[in-house]
Formats: sequence, structure tokens, C-alpha cells
Amino acid sequence: MLKPVDVLMVGVGGQGTILASKVLAAAAQAVGYDIKVSEIHGMAQRGGSVVTQVRLGEKVYSPLISEGEADVILAFEELEALRWLSFLKPGGTLIINNQQIYPVPVLAGVAEYPQNIIAQIQSRGVNVQVLKALEQAISCGNAKAANVVLLGALAQKLPIEEKIWRDALAATIPPRLLEVNNTAFTAGFIAGNVCAGC
Amino acid sequence: MKELLSGNVAIARGAYENGVILAAGYPGTPSTEILETLSRYEGIYSEWAPNEKVALEVGIGAAMAGARTIVTMKHVGVNVAADPLLSLAYTGVNGGLVLVSADDPGMHSSQNEQDNRYYAKFAKLAMLEPSDSQEAKDMMGLGLAISEQFDIPVMLRTTTRVAHSQSMVELGEPVAREIKPYSKDVKKNLMVPAFGRLRRISLAERMAKLAEYSENTTLNFIVPGNDKVGVITSGISFQLVREVLPDAAVLKLGMTNPLPLELIKKFAAQVETLFVVEELEPYLEEQIRMLGIKVTGKDLFPYTGEYNQGLLRRCFVEAGVLSTPTQLVDPTAGLSQAPPRPPVLCAGCPHRAVFYTLRRLKLTVTGDIGCYTLGGLPPLEGIDSCVCMGASIGMAHGIDKAVPNLKGRTVAVIGDSTFLHSGITGLLNAVYNNSDSTIIILDNRTTAMTGHQDHPATGRNLMGQVAPEVDITMLCRSLGVKRVEVVDPMDLSRLQEVIKSEINAPGPSVIIARRPCALLKREIKPAVTVNQEKCTGCKTCLKLSCPAISIIENKALVTADACVGCNLCVQVCKTGAMQGGQADA
Repeated sequence: MLKPVDVLMVGVGGQGTILASKVLAAAAQAVGYDIKVSEIHGMAQRGGSVVTQVRLGEKVYSPLISEGEADVILAFEELEALRWLSFLKPGGTLIINNQQIYPVPVLAGVAEYPQNIIAQIQSRGVNVQVLKALEQAISCGNAKAANVVLLGALAQKLPIEEKIWRDALAATIPPRLLEVNNTAFTAGFIAGNVCAGC
Repeated sequence: MKELLSGNVAIARGAYENGVILAAGYPGTPSTEILETLSRYEGIYSEWAPNEKVALEVGIGAAMAGARTIVTMKHVGVNVAADPLLSLAYTGVNGGLVLVSADDPGMHSSQNEQDNRYYAKFAKLAMLEPSDSQEAKDMMGLGLAISEQFDIPVMLRTTTRVAHSQSMVELGEPVAREIKPYSKDVKKNLMVPAFGRLRRISLAERMAKLAEYSENTTLNFIVPGNDKVGVITSGISFQLVREVLPDAAVLKLGMTNPLPLELIKKFAAQVETLFVVEELEPYLEEQIRMLGIKVTGKDLFPYTGEYNQGLLRRCFVEAGVLSTPTQLVDPTAGLSQAPPRPPVLCAGCPHRAVFYTLRRLKLTVTGDIGCYTLGGLPPLEGIDSCVCMGASIGMAHGIDKAVPNLKGRTVAVIGDSTFLHSGITGLLNAVYNNSDSTIIILDNRTTAMTGHQDHPATGRNLMGQVAPEVDITMLCRSLGVKRVEVVDPMDLSRLQEVIKSEINAPGPSVIIARRPCALLKREIKPAVTVNQEKCTGCKTCLKLSCPAISIIENKALVTADACVGCNLCVQVCKTGAMQGGQADA
């Protein structure tokens, strides 16, 4: 019996949430999960807030995750973590990339980017794992692989073996980018493990 | 073999496996990927038509002549195609015809959330509603068979969460593509009044046979459960209900026009309390109530927006079906509010220059449908209205004729794809009726909003072939527009000069603001830098609403990673603080 897992991936258009959800779905499929993935196209792509919902289980009905139901929120950006936090289940884990991307109302000076988002969330007793995914991706050789660094940390939370993740990466990512993404995955996998108790 | 497919890709697969020969449509979220996927299959002819009406007419011709056909569009596209659609049920088909209507509850990417199920009832079509990708594929195939068996067009009605959600689909092998014989039959296909009256009677007979089919098809089925609570539902709501009330008896309707009225009566009689769960309008509920059945529907569940499990749970708690959950501690209580992150025009977007200029000139601007609708949001605020595809031109003409103090102060703004979709007739009208209005065609050489689809002025078609490229300038001239100017919108001073001169000129004017979409032709030039001494922190550059520009400690900052070097801010800066990497050719 496969335990149901709901993963919410949140970020900003262009950060690679969709690719990350594809790798997760491929890995979950190999383990035999039923899967539903839901995302929004169109307006959301133009630098807006984006969310991809991934639901795994023996049998999944709804493609949507409701408030208070996500086992894991994988946040690609701090403000988006704050925006979607109410979707985290009590006792769930927030994996957060410590990157800040200012939305236009903040750039235009009509709104403020909240201070100390990570500390604020931690103060609520939420289980938070902070990653420097962008920095790690750059040191792996490609800033665009930050999504796969985060995926590596997510892998520590799911009952899917490392080998299956590696196969899923190979099946999803173009061969010329596979090596850098494998390195990025390893970086996230290690960071996620070290951080497991925090 | 099973694959994880979106509803749209599954529909394309269903068309491929079930002998579709021709596919036509116009891009529109959430329907676009169906034709994009179909265009990659061997043996299927697929095309983007300039609008949904033409796409459906292409489909009608192919189906009449014996080919299996799919026509795709978003919900509001069906309004454009409504004219042929309402007579199509009269003539019927020869080869099967499935019209996909992709509705958008919650308006993720639409101007309204109309419920197109009423079209099926109004036009007298058979209607199927899938609730996941497997059903989407299966219903595509079954829809073609029903269309042929009952000589009726079939509407396959999806919603965003079916079209854009992925779930597991069992793939099948394609059947042979066969064209049914065509023979001339004017009493069936030539809708003059005398024949129309005959086909009207035939249509009633065909619908009666379909109603019988609806009673017996496995598309409509009962999920047995505890009969204390029964739920009638269809589409994505079925999945939500199964999750929220796993023990309830459920009547799942896959065929929602005509409805299986006897099956509904039987189900209603076996349950103690009956609910109907459907997003948007009370389409099922009204028809169930007409049977004299007592049912709870829109008095409990919302009329608007998308449903989700949380919302349904709250409703069923209110109805006493579920017990009140233990109050959870809200983890977000006391945290900072998250400021919104609205979509914006991309860095380097050529539309930005036009809206900045229109705002500066304080003009009244009738807008249209596309990425550029974002130009109406602060701080650009360069548009007054957006109604539907093509509306901008007619509206500007109406203002020009009716309101003297806005004459010469109004312009219409429309994209290239939208102009070719339904702006041409508006422009023809402006010429014919001696308008003084000014029309700006934002020609970015693509259908950008839906993901860069080709159109009749791009020189390519959906199959990837080189295609004749309509010359928009010559098209406007041939309609009788004497004043047609082409400008590069990134040349801000010339753009402003041309707009000023055209709004004051007599007769209709067209300004074609031509520059490819910034995402289409990714020419990244050196980023703009800010001379800290010259910058006075006046914030003029912020009015461009560029995602690369911010003000930090009273000085402008251009984020080098985000800037593509379009140099628009260099032209706007009053103090010369913005320094371009190189002149913008």
C-alpha cells in the first residue's frame, strides 16, 4: 500500500517548477504510484506566481491540493513560500530556496517585500529546510539547475530510491544537460539529508 | 502501456487512435495543446484557422465529405463559432465531428467564465464531459462514434482542471483512417427554409434516440455507496466528490446532453438526500428540478469559480453531511501579508512602449485580447477596456461617432493575431462609415499569449510548413484605409509623433507598431547601467513597469540578469542616468 503524498511546488514563472514536477512524476510512476499533476498555463507564465500540484497515492481522485493538505511544499522563492504556506499540512515540511525575486508592485515601490520571511515562518513552528539552491546550482555549473537542487532535497522526503530518481532525471532531461543536473541533484540530496533534523 | 498525459494531450491521442483525418482550431487557453499535439502525428492534417468560426466551417466541410474531424477552441471561441454551430445540428454530419469546448471556471486566463454546457442544449448537440485524462481520450473516440451513429455533432466539454491536469492513460493502437463515401444530399445539407423544416423534425427524432442512448450508455453510471447521501455530478466535480464523500452513492454523468432522465429518477428514488455538485451554472440542477425531484445544489454550492475538496468539505459540513473538523491552527496567522505577484509584460516587450506613450498622451484606449491586455494594469494603465476578440476597433469607432469630446482622443489597440481573427471587419466598418478613429496594430509577429502559435501573417502554418504571409499594411490599404504608418515601437519619440499626428488626422488611420515578441527573437543586448550621480530617483523609469527596474535607496537599479538591453528606459530617463550598452538599432 503506497502512502499518499501531496507535493505543492511554488515559484515564479520561468523558475522550472514544471520540469521538476515532470521528474517527480516519472520517479513516482516507476514506483507504481497513481499520479495526478495540475498546473496553470497562460497568464501565469508572464512572470506571475506559479504553482504545480503533484498528488501521489494508490488511487488519486482530485488533481488539486486543498489548504492544509500538502505534505511538502517545495518553494522556489521566499515570497511564494509565504503566499502558499496555508496549504501545508500540520507537521508537513517546507523546503525553501533562499532566493528573493521582487514582484512588480515591490519594484514599483507600491508594496514591500516582507522582511525575514524564513525566520517568520520558522517562528510559527513550521518544519522548514532552507536551501541555497541558486548558489549551489551555479557552483554545479548552471544556474538553471536550481530546480533540480530542490528536487534532490525533496527526494529525501519521499519513499523513492535514489536510483529511480537518477533514471527519472535521465528520462526527462536532455542528454547534454544531464551531467550538470545529476550534480545539482546530488548537492540537493546531501543538503536535504544534513538538514533532515532541523 | 500507460503514460501520464494532460487532458489535452489525451484528447489529441484519442483523435489519433480513432481515425481523425482533419483537425482545426484557434489557440485559446485551456485548449491550445490539443492541436499542437495533433500536428506532430503522422497522417493527420491540422491547421490553425484565423478564428473559431472558420475552424468549425473547415471541420463541417471535412465531416460532410466523410472525414472524421476534431475542432478545438476555448469556451469564448464557441461564441465566435456559434453561427455555423447552431445549424450544424440540423444538417448533421457524415464523418464524425467532435467540437472541443475548453471552459475556464475561475477565469485563470479568460475574460469570463461562461458555462458552455448550455450551448449543447441550445444548439442540440450530444455532449460528453470527461473527468480525467483517460476519460478524455476515451470520450474523444466514443464522441466520433456517437456523432456518426446519430448524425449529430458532439461537444466534448472540458474545464481547465481536466485540460491541464495530468493523469495516467492507457494507450491504444490507431485504427485505419477511412473516409466515408460522400453523396450529394441537398435535403440534408442545404439549409433553405423548406429543407430546414425537415431537418428540424429530424433533429428532434435524433435527439430522442440520443436520449434513449443516454439512459443505457456506460458513460452514465452509479457508484454504489451508502444511500443516505446521493450525489449527481459530472466532469472534474466527480473526482472531488469521490475524495470528499468516499462512501456516498454517486451518479456520475459522462453524457450531459441529453441527460438520462429515467436514470436520474431511479437514482433519486434510492437515496435519502440528494445533492448535485457542478461548477458554474445550475445546468444539471435545473433539469433535475424539472423532474419534480427535490435536490440541493446552488443554494449550498457557489455559482462562481472553481471547486476544490476544501470548499466542498465546508459545504457538506454546513449541510450536516460531514461533521465539523477540529479547528486547525492557521500557520500563517500573524505573518506578513504576501504582496501580489501579477503577471507583467516581459523585459524587452515591444508593447510596453506603446502603453507608456498612450498613457502619457492621456488618450482613451479601447483594448483587445492578448498579452497586451496586461498594459491596462498599473503602473502602465494604458488601456480603458477589454471585452472580446476584435472589440477594440468597433468600440473606438462607436466612441468617435457618439461622443464629440472624445473624438480625436481615442485609439483602438489590437494585436496582429487578434486583428486577423476578428479585427478586419471592424476596420472595414470604420472605413465604410467614415470613421476618424485611430487603430494601433501591435504586430509582434505571433500569437504570444497562448505560447507563440503561427497565424496568417507569420509565414508558417501549424504543420511547420512555409506559408504565404499576409501583408498587414496592404490588407489595411485594400480595405480603404488611406493613412497606414509602420513604426518601430522601440523608437519612442517617433512612435509618439506618429500617434499624435494620426489622432488629429481626418479619416481612419492605422498605425502598425511592428517588432517581434521579445520571447520570439531572443536578442539579448548588453544590460542597461545606471549612472548613480545622474540618477535623481525621480521614478519615471518605474512607469514602464519593467521587471528589470527597481528603485533602491532612491536610485534606479537595473537587474542585469533580467535586462535584455531594449533601451526603452534609456529613452524615458530625463537625466541621462540610464546608459545603454549599445544603440538600439
